[in-house]
Amino acid sequence: MKIRRRDFLKGVAASTLLLAAEQSPVQAKGARKELPPNAVGILYDSTLCIGCKVCEYACKQANNKPVEHGSPSEPMWDDPQDLSAKTLNIIKRYGVEGQKDSAAGFAFVKRHCMHCIDPACVSACPVSALVKNSDNGVVTYNKKACIGCRYCQVACPYNIPKFEWDSPFPEIVKCQLCSHLLAKGGISACCAACPTGASLFGPVEKLRAEAKRRLAMQPGEYYDFPVADINGTEVQQHRAGGYVSHVYGERELGGSQVLYLAGVPFTSIGLPDLPEDSYVALADGIQYAIYKGMVYPLVVLGGLIYIIRNREDKKE
Amino acid sequence: MQERQALGGKVLTVPFKVCAAIVLIALFFLGKRFIFGIGSVTNMNDGYPWGIWIAYDVVVGTALACAGYSIALIVYVFNKGEYSPLVRPALMTSMFGYTLAGVSVIFDIGRYWQAYNIFLPWLSNLHSVMFEVALCIGTYILVLWMEFAPTMLEKFKADKLKARLNRIIFVFIALGILLPTMHQSSLGTMMLMAGHKLSPLWWSGFLPLLFLITAVVIGYAAIIFESLIASVAFKRPMEMHLLSKISALMPWLLGIYLVIRIEDVNLRGYLPLAFEGGLLGNLFLLENLLLLSALLILAYPSNRRNPQLLFIASCAMLLGGSMYRFNTYIVGFDPGTGWQYFPSVPELFITFGIIAAEVMAYLWFVKTLPVLPKLTKA
Ligand code: SF4
Ligand code: SF4
Ligand code: SF4
Repeated sequence: MKIRRRDFLKGVAASTLLLAAEQSPVQAKGARKELPPNAVGILYDSTLCIGCKVCEYACKQANNKPVEHGSPSEPMWDDPQDLSAKTLNIIKRYGVEGQKDSAAGFAFVKRHCMHCIDPACVSACPVSALVKNSDNGVVTYNKKACIGCRYCQVACPYNIPKFEWDSPFPEIVKCQLCSHLLAKGGISACCAACPTGASLFGPVEKLRAEAKRRLAMQPGEYYDFPVADINGTEVQQHRAGGYVSHVYGERELGGSQVLYLAGVPFTSIGLPDLPEDSYVALADGIQYAIYKGMVYPLVVLGGLIYIIRNREDKKE
Repeated sequence: MQERQALGGKVLTVPFKVCAAIVLIALFFLGKRFIFGIGSVTNMNDGYPWGIWIAYDVVVGTALACAGYSIALIVYVFNKGEYSPLVRPALMTSMFGYTLAGVSVIFDIGRYWQAYNIFLPWLSNLHSVMFEVALCIGTYILVLWMEFAPTMLEKFKADKLKARLNRIIFVFIALGILLPTMHQSSLGTMMLMAGHKLSPLWWSGFLPLLFLITAVVIGYAAIIFESLIASVAFKRPMEMHLLSKISALMPWLLGIYLVIRIEDVNLRGYLPLAFEGGLLGNLFLLENLLLLSALLILAYPSNRRNPQLLFIASCAMLLGGSMYRFNTYIVGFDPGTGWQYFPSVPELFITFGIIAAEVMAYLWFVKTLPVLPKLTKA
């Protein structure tokens, strides 16, 4: 990866401060990243999700993943308990007590990679095995580069990358937004399979606008909801649920290409409350402040060589 | 020039054999790891992708191996030649510590057969802290062996080669100071990315600075500890004059560290967490109390001349500093999805095996190579 001009300037700006003193988070804050030009993503609307898990099945089919028995006492069907090396997409049910908007007292959430705008996993990976496509922004994995250090797992704020613990030749496994289907002009398998439009595929800008449209709806009224692909033709009528007035993923840690709407607080369906600045920007800022693109270390090395050489000469 | 001697004596002693047995058990579990995967011997999981192999073997292990770095700092940068007798034993422990940390990384990474990818420029990710750490540690291991090479060449009477090496050794000495400064602080930067998954008692913009200071503190503590133990074990006089002089530095370093550590948590408003009585709060307190007790002991010059107190203080620094690092990587880390981690027995044995290998190498080297200073009284 090349050192881009912006990063370099960032480093120069930051390095005007003293080495130790500059390490305060506020000063080291890096710049926010932009959405790639043709960014695509998913809008998941928890109020439309009926928990049928067809998307889980479709995801396994599309990505050749085996069934997983999460409760070994009843090994009957695929019932993963969480994301794993065998499960890239999962629907989870959360009981939400005392919430008037979820009549039955629970809400669903769909979890998979968020395709972050400033992805921690990409920044963490030492060998560029995880990269963010500069055009559509999809974060993909290359096993030929990966050394299996698992820093991506530590770094991902959403605990998405999974590791094949029981294989002698393990790989990192995560949702790659069905990039193999996108390459053929298709859409993600989970969205294509979703019967209600709860998982909606499309360009991120359009999905953001759609999310805003939904937030402005009158609860209880009927509206048109696009199904599968926001650029497609299929539409269903649904009664608008009461939304929590926030698009999760629009700003969290610099934003992501997967967006969420829900009728209950996001923390109650396992989506953490996160700041708007990504930890990546912070870590990058500090690294560049200290190293300024390797200029400082070379200067220091020169100084050290000079001192030590003088000393050794005197000794002789 | 300081004279050094090999201690001589039998290598195959009882402690040596005990260590060998532990290494054999570790090798068995390692075989299992390479045939059936990492999950077959460890309790690491998708919530806790790093266990003791990283947190102890690498993050704490390389700090313990900062003896060479810490001593080189005063001998070369602050030009205090009188400490040179401590250089060789310190360099040697560093060499073993770092080499074995490097070896355990190979056990830990899943796709070890592609480890060389780190060195392929077209794959390098300059944004990755892991990249910088891996490259620095890799290079530093080589540098340590080069720095130690004159000792081995002395033994084999390869004087010409030694003279040639001595002419360029200053480059390696300089690298030997620069590289640890870089990667020891970066080991702290690494956990910045864990963000909200790391308890606010440990997560901080000061991670790089605090990691660098603990590396130096642990490095000096290791020198004191090792030197006192070696004197007792090999019945040699203690190098008290040097040790007490070095330890005069420690109250300052510890003071700076503690002020930053506590004030940083305080300014971010999380200090009350420390007194809530939970595991994390208690560990935070213990960690800092250990370092504070070392500070209080070493603040008095008379204590610094007392081998017992010096030994206690060095233990407190080793423990407190190591705990800080360990907690940052494991105990304070919570992915928040119900995952738990406690190392399995085979996993522990592989770490014990690495420590045992280090002890064996130390015993063998001091007995056969001119590492420790020659006793003048003869
Ligand atoms: S959610 Fe995690 S794995 Fe997905 S792009 Fe973001 S950091 Fe990477
Ligand atoms: S495990 Fe692989 S993909 Fe993840 S950070 Fe390490 S090298 Fe990159
Ligand atoms: S986009 Fe594809 S890989 Fe990702 S969750 Fe949906 S179906 Fe699975």
